[in-house]
Amino acid sequence: MFQKVLIANRGEIASRIIRTCQKMNIQTVAIYSEPDADKPFVREADESYPLGGSRVNESYLNVEKVLEIAEQANVDAIHPGYGLLSENGDFANSIEAKGVTFIGPSPDVMTKMGSKVAARKTMQEAGVPVIPGTESAVDTPEDAIQAAKEIGYPIMLKASAGGGGIGMQIVNNDEELQKAFESNSKRATMFFGDGTMFLEKKIVEPHHVEIQILADGNGNTIHLFERECSIQRRHQKVIEEAPSPFISEDTRKRMGDAAVKAAKTIGYKNAGTIEFLVDKDQHFYFLEMNTRLQVEHPITEEITGLDIVEEQLRIAAGEELRHKQENLMIQGHALEVRVYAEDPKTFYPAPGQITSLSLPEGNHVRHELAVDGSSFVSPFYDPMIAKCITSASNRNEAIQLMEEALKEYQVEGIKTNLPMLRDILALDAFKRGNTNTHFIETYYLKEEAK
Amino acid sequence: MTEVKANMAGSVWKIVVAEGETVSSGQDLLILESMKMEIPIPTDDDGTVKELKVSEGDFVNEGDVVAILE
Repeated sequence: MFQKVLIANRGEIASRIIRTCQKMNIQTVAIYSEPDADKPFVREADESYPLGGSRVNESYLNVEKVLEIAEQANVDAIHPGYGLLSENGDFANSIEAKGVTFIGPSPDVMTKMGSKVAARKTMQEAGVPVIPGTESAVDTPEDAIQAAKEIGYPIMLKASAGGGGIGMQIVNNDEELQKAFESNSKRATMFFGDGTMFLEKKIVEPHHVEIQILADGNGNTIHLFERECSIQRRHQKVIEEAPSPFISEDTRKRMGDAAVKAAKTIGYKNAGTIEFLVDKDQHFYFLEMNTRLQVEHPITEEITGLDIVEEQLRIAAGEELRHKQENLMIQGHALEVRVYAEDPKTFYPAPGQITSLSLPEGNHVRHELAVDGSSFVSPFYDPMIAKCITSASNRNEAIQLMEEALKEYQVEGIKTNLPMLRDILALDAFKRGNTNTHFIETYYLKEEAK
Repeated sequence: MTEVKANMAGSVWKIVVAEGETVSSGQDLLILESMKMEIPIPTDDDGTVKELKVSEGDFVNEGDVVAILE
């Protein structure tokens, strides 16, 4: 096992990884930007090194500086967390060239899954259903309009190199497509250095359901069931739960099998997530593969009893998977809410000074925190400041626990989405499990408008 | 005299007008950057930029006055 691991990330996920390392007696190294100097994860690590800079491209994405610290601190592995450098094949290559292990899949698999067009082709070849759409990247609006004739509107336009909702737009006709193509392609060039786009059919009333997989690179690949992550705003998840209240036992089995088959086909190693859209008739389609730890991994840990970060470390250190598919079963139900520093109605970011933080307690309430009661929430990073997870023997109890937890959850000094989370949990539509990806527009914003 | 206020908290990414410049309703005065979003702050009135209350890189809270027009 590794002696010392550098965590190339920040916030709650850095703290989360440090916690498992401590449990396994692995030394930890944190790296931090200027605005993060006083954040909890910096204190929690055994050693911490400043990166300088504020914006991610001058701090956490500064590969040279990260490598320099890795060498200086003499670490034997780097955990990239999620986002930032976690799906950067070049970064993984450059650290492995220095004899440091990248805790994740092989760089070529990451690069392949990072290109949506290549990922889709690979999945199709592996027999995994994909959404009807363009087979290759589209370079011009004219080509896009031509392709749209075959697919049929409504269409989702996406940046080939995109993620996190940037460069994505729904279009209903040629005129909208023309406009959206030009603006999104320009943004994609600016953000990702790649302006190619692709088109796919918009699935009506879809559920976002993803399968967690683990693979050890020695031929053992298992899945840890699904997470339902349909409740989203700005194409980003807000509330997740496991298992899904929507899919049938038969769909669960077929999706799990498809995910394992896909992971085996690409020679996947370490933890990964295959995201699917499931339509109202339980047809499922490959959306994308996240070749890293997922924000919402705790709910899977809650229903399986596994520590996914520990599994990642063991796999990266060359150990065989200790779990067999036939021995895994879903135990109870777990919910996660993401606490965002933002306006609960407009979803505009709301960074600022936290003046107090008061958290609900209890055996079945788990917290993952990026901040404490005196943190300044910087405008330079993602608005997620915390996650709250509840688990119980069934969905109703998990919801009830979360409703009670959210009543006691207090963040003072900045605006947060806590009022929205409380309102959503109280909706009948949520309690019934009607959680398709249009949930917030259909139920929450409509309720607000009344 | 009109005060132009920030409609969200964030840091001032770019100031696109200068003091003394004539501006018209709907024109962007500056662009705020916050948590991966860039939000332009336009004026609702015609006028002249009397004073810019912020500099690039400053942190502003929602409701803070960023410019004064006359």
